[in-house]
Amino acid sequence: MFTEYDPLKDTMLQILDCSGNIINPKFMPDLSMAQIKEAYNWMLYARIADIKAVSYQRQGRMYTYPPNLGQEASALGSAMALGKEDWMIPAYRELAAWLYRGVTLKDVYLFWGGHEDGGKFSNAKNIIPPCVPIGSQTLHAVGIAYSLKYKKQNSIALTYIGDGGTSEGDFHEAMNYAGVWRVPLVFVCQNNQYAISTPRNKQTAAKSLAIKAIGYGLKGIQVDGNDFFAVYAAATAAAKEVRSGGMPIFIECITYRQGAHTTSDDPTRYREKEEEEIWLQRDPLKRLKAYLVQKQEWHEEEDRKLQSQYEKEIEEQFAQAERHPYPLKDVFQYMYVETPENLRKQHIEYEKFLNWKETQKWQ
Amino acid sequence: MAVMTMVQAINSALETKLKEDPDVLCYGEDVGVEGGVFRVTENLQKQFGEARVFDSPLAESGIVGTAVGMCIAGLRPVVEIQFCGFVYPAFNQILSHVARMHNRTRGRYRMSMVIRFPYGGGIKAPEHHSESMEALYAHIPGLKVVIPSNPYDAKGLLISAIESDDPVLYLEPKKIYRAIKQDVPDEKFTIPLGQAKVMQEGQDLTLVSYGAMIREAQKAVVMAKKEGYSIELIDLRTISPIDRETLAQSIRKTGRVLSVTEGPKSFGVGAEIISIANEEAFLNLEAPPTRLAGFDTVPPYPRGEGWYFYPPERIFYEIKKLMDF
Repeated sequence: MFTEYDPLKDTMLQILDCSGNIINPKFMPDLSMAQIKEAYNWMLYARIADIKAVSYQRQGRMYTYPPNLGQEASALGSAMALGKEDWMIPAYRELAAWLYRGVTLKDVYLFWGGHEDGGKFSNAKNIIPPCVPIGSQTLHAVGIAYSLKYKKQNSIALTYIGDGGTSEGDFHEAMNYAGVWRVPLVFVCQNNQYAISTPRNKQTAAKSLAIKAIGYGLKGIQVDGNDFFAVYAAATAAAKEVRSGGMPIFIECITYRQGAHTTSDDPTRYREKEEEEIWLQRDPLKRLKAYLVQKQEWHEEEDRKLQSQYEKEIEEQFAQAERHPYPLKDVFQYMYVETPENLRKQHIEYEKFLNWKETQKWQ
Repeated sequence: MAVMTMVQAINSALETKLKEDPDVLCYGEDVGVEGGVFRVTENLQKQFGEARVFDSPLAESGIVGTAVGMCIAGLRPVVEIQFCGFVYPAFNQILSHVARMHNRTRGRYRMSMVIRFPYGGGIKAPEHHSESMEALYAHIPGLKVVIPSNPYDAKGLLISAIESDDPVLYLEPKKIYRAIKQDVPDEKFTIPLGQAKVMQEGQDLTLVSYGAMIREAQKAVVMAKKEGYSIELIDLRTISPIDRETLAQSIRKTGRVLSVTEGPKSFGVGAEIISIANEEAFLNLEAPPTRLAGFDTVPPYPRGEGWYFYPPERIFYEIKKLMDF
């Protein structure tokens, strides 16, 4: 696969077309119908959760939130290539991947709802929290992958980054270190065409992002990021290769952020409606659903049923997140494993103030 | 017990921990084959192999960023940055991740790493090789900052730093890397972090310093003694968290405090010591708490560095002013 889709050839792996037809059977992954349906369900669940998050934010019940709409296949297809003992190192726009990995929606809502407890991602194994300083997480992934190799564990790591992130120095250091140390690592870049308002062609003069892999001695591939089968096939092949000691692999998923960068952003300032319309035709859920419908494995009715079932689950998760308390001690107790006396004193001083405040009569 | 320089003592601490704990790794630029530009990691690769002691590519953010990942996966990396002035490319990793990952993950992942680098001037080096930026790191919540002043402390503190589950920045006073020889145990021993050491007891004035400036402070103490002044000399050893209690006790006793540090004066470690004097010993003060530090300039190039790194006479001059206040 990586020879056939060598980035120097400037071709993109696509398996499923926009009408739900398999156009590249050679690389069609070996998935049962049940697995394909499961994938569709995860993508649907993530989509509803994502749309809900934006709506909660609009209601003033959540803080700044980065929508995932349109990128579900890139996130899920890559996450499904990982085994239980493998590691996932997120950027911040891979909701479907985290949920598949076992992160609860409650935690996700808690995290974007302004509480560090959410970022613990305590229900999921071998994952770290989202990383806001762009691109810097890729180095963590290299370190984790080095540790797996050092401890002779048969696990791999997979890290996410966006198109804008590939301009950051840390990304280049990570690609370079990954190659020199030959660590079991897959980079998944969700090229969603925009870094906030800045389009992909203003990030780099390179023909593709995948081509960057070559300069570091890694392998790269461009895949249709809205094609679940293509992403899954490429990620699975990459995981297999790095697990058996091959060079790290960089996967560029060509996708599109249908929504805003975050709930504070307004895409009408920097892109045209016509462009958005084109990408709506390529929507990852539509495509996978069209495939399932063609195979007579899916009906709109099931969709509606699932939708209302998921909505209930999601609302319950949000309610739990909304109720989650933030006591004063949480500000202090995690800064250090061993809290220094100075910090303990700051906490005590503030408690004293609060107690004093209680005793005062305030007009 | 062996007579060691600070370089040898640090090497001995690394060797001790590498031998004892398979999770400990050492890497950085030229750390492996060469043994580091100051030879601090000499022979360690030969002894422990390339998987544990190795050269990194020439990229500081990469050194620290990969160490973050190793900590997440349960290792205890001890990384070297070649000079204090070369840490800046890694600053984002240190501030945004090393200092915060434990808090961000509510205790799930510990940043049990040590970032070692030589600091300070007085060795006639080019620009970027003489900086003393400990205050930058001491200002960042989540980090611990340690600076030894002699070979014995260097070993005991470094072993504690490696064993610490919190991230430690371990700054090595390169001016005295080989200037002092001391008896240092070959076997393992630790010196707790966060504890200053009263190097000499005195009644009239508390002199606080650390790292390479301790030697200069000691000379000033001798000069002051000839004038009949009894100086209490404190070696901070850990800059952050600062040992408030030891400082407070001493300042309450003497009523006078002078800090001696190398970095730029404004917003430096000296300011913190003065604050402690105000907060903890206000009613005992006989003279204004005072700081002696570098100028608010970059350390001059070698021909000018004599102006910046002051002689013990300058410390004595300040002591005298405070005694005459």
